[in-house]
Amino acid sequence: MDWTAFALSLQLAAWTVVLLLPIAIMLARLLAWGHVRFKSGIEALIMLPLVLPPTVLGLYLLIAFSPQYWFGSFLKSVFGSSLVFSFTGILIASLIVNLPFAVQPIQRSFEAIPRNVREAAFVSGLSRWETMRRIELPLAWPGIVSAIALTFAHTLGEFGVILMIGGSIPGETRVLSIAIYDRVQAFRLDQASVMSAALLAFSVIAIAIVHMLARRGRSGTHVR
Amino acid sequence: MSADRAAALSVRLEQAGPIPLDVRFSCARGELLALIGPSGSGKTTVLRSIAGLYRPEQGHVRADGEIWLDTRAGIDLSPQARRVGLVFQDYALFPHLSALDNVRLAMLQREEPERSRIASDILARVSLNGLEARRPDQLSGGQRQRVAIARALARDPRVLLLDEPFSAVDRATRDSLKDELASLHRSLEIPIVLVTHDLEEAQALADRMCVLDAGTTLQIGTPDEVRLRPSSARVARLMGQSNLVPAIVADDRHLLCCGARVAVTRLNGFSVGAHVTALLPPDGVALQPASGEDGNVLRGKLTEVQQIGDLAALSLNVDGATLRFRIAAREARERALKAGEALDVWLDPASIHLLRER
Repeated sequence: MDWTAFALSLQLAAWTVVLLLPIAIMLARLLAWGHVRFKSGIEALIMLPLVLPPTVLGLYLLIAFSPQYWFGSFLKSVFGSSLVFSFTGILIASLIVNLPFAVQPIQRSFEAIPRNVREAAFVSGLSRWETMRRIELPLAWPGIVSAIALTFAHTLGEFGVILMIGGSIPGETRVLSIAIYDRVQAFRLDQASVMSAALLAFSVIAIAIVHMLARRGRSGTHVR
Repeated sequence: MSADRAAALSVRLEQAGPIPLDVRFSCARGELLALIGPSGSGKTTVLRSIAGLYRPEQGHVRADGEIWLDTRAGIDLSPQARRVGLVFQDYALFPHLSALDNVRLAMLQREEPERSRIASDILARVSLNGLEARRPDQLSGGQRQRVAIARALARDPRVLLLDEPFSAVDRATRDSLKDELASLHRSLEIPIVLVTHDLEEAQALADRMCVLDAGTTLQIGTPDEVRLRPSSARVARLMGQSNLVPAIVADDRHLLCCGARVAVTRLNGFSVGAHVTALLPPDGVALQPASGEDGNVLRGKLTEVQQIGDLAALSLNVDGATLRFRIAAREARERALKAGEALDVWLDPASIHLLRER
């Protein structure tokens, strides 16, 4: 069992969830209620990682991150070193790849909140921020939880994009899915199966916990 | 006091589209004004404009001496700043919160434990004590409406707005809620604006009615004024009046209508020769007395005799126009009235009301 890879996978999944969630909530809210121009265009763009082969996405990110070009060298100056073959690089890739998994469920649950419930909050004197905190987010909670579960599980299982831009550097970019692939390549099927089973069990447990939280969060809301 | 009363709520809204509006009315403190009109007449838009949820092209809304909207001066207070209580048509309760929390949330400006205490008091006032902990999906339609009213009152509003409050409950609940709203109305010293398309509801509850059609105020008056003295034939039709017939003013005491010469007591300012619409209220139509009044008798053919409880509803075709009126069911039986028979009726000259079309 490659514990370093396991820890790296968890780290990647956790950071992806933490960083992506606020972005996804803002985007989803904007798409659900905002007067956005080119709304379907933006939605299509967010959905793109779902249909694009990971290798294609990985290739474009590789080009974007490459210090040979202006964008890559700009990124290099921001992050201090090249994003290719780095944890930061695969984290950014993971954020992009997981956009649809995070935005979609939250957007759907925002859209399911009747307009007049939000208006009732305004008329009751709640500011936009209070309305979001006390009405919108609790009502969208099941969607947010789905987004967390999907993003977390999907990041654990991510392979193509990470391999393309991260390669397989132990402790830096070799996450569990890549470690499994390496073991299979080396005909160490026994090790690969142990790690696969661990990944499977962990994913199932993570999703179960998150859904349990969802149910509790929904019934337990009250005004403080 | 009277100037103060008049100042409680004044509303003027104008806009060409997309929802055309030409509305103006005022509502005194403690007065219940019913906005009545067919669906699509802009009633809900008027309420939303008062609450600050809709901004008309031009308008002026003043409540309790405070200007909420003045498009010319660039004033447009947010809904949060308007201190308005709005009961939505489908109540729009916060589904994840208990009845008590729904009310408490509208009082964030107050500190605990005062907030909880007042919220409980308001819930008790709308007879919801014991149900504070229930969420909206655990309440009946009538109970939900009471939570919505309680929430609207929680802000100590300057104006209470009710959007079709009885449309989502059954008949029995509606009757009891009406009684409660009537008593609430007596106890509240703020203007109340009630949107409805139900005439009966408006007549039972309102001090005054404002008739809206296609976003335009057609008439404002007491329920009796609007019902018996509508300002136009359109208002009369909207108020469910059926006996509207075309007529010509023959001289200063008579009309030509339904193929006969009919006496009237008032011409409503119309001059001789004018083409008008005459409202012949059912109250003013009677079976011709065996002896007595002469004149003002119309002869027609009964097209329908329908018994409704101890009344009989009659439809009479007079020279192509249909007159509807009611008599005691016993009288209809005694006279053996049947559809197809000829019948003479007498019109009370004082009841006839002359109208322009719009």
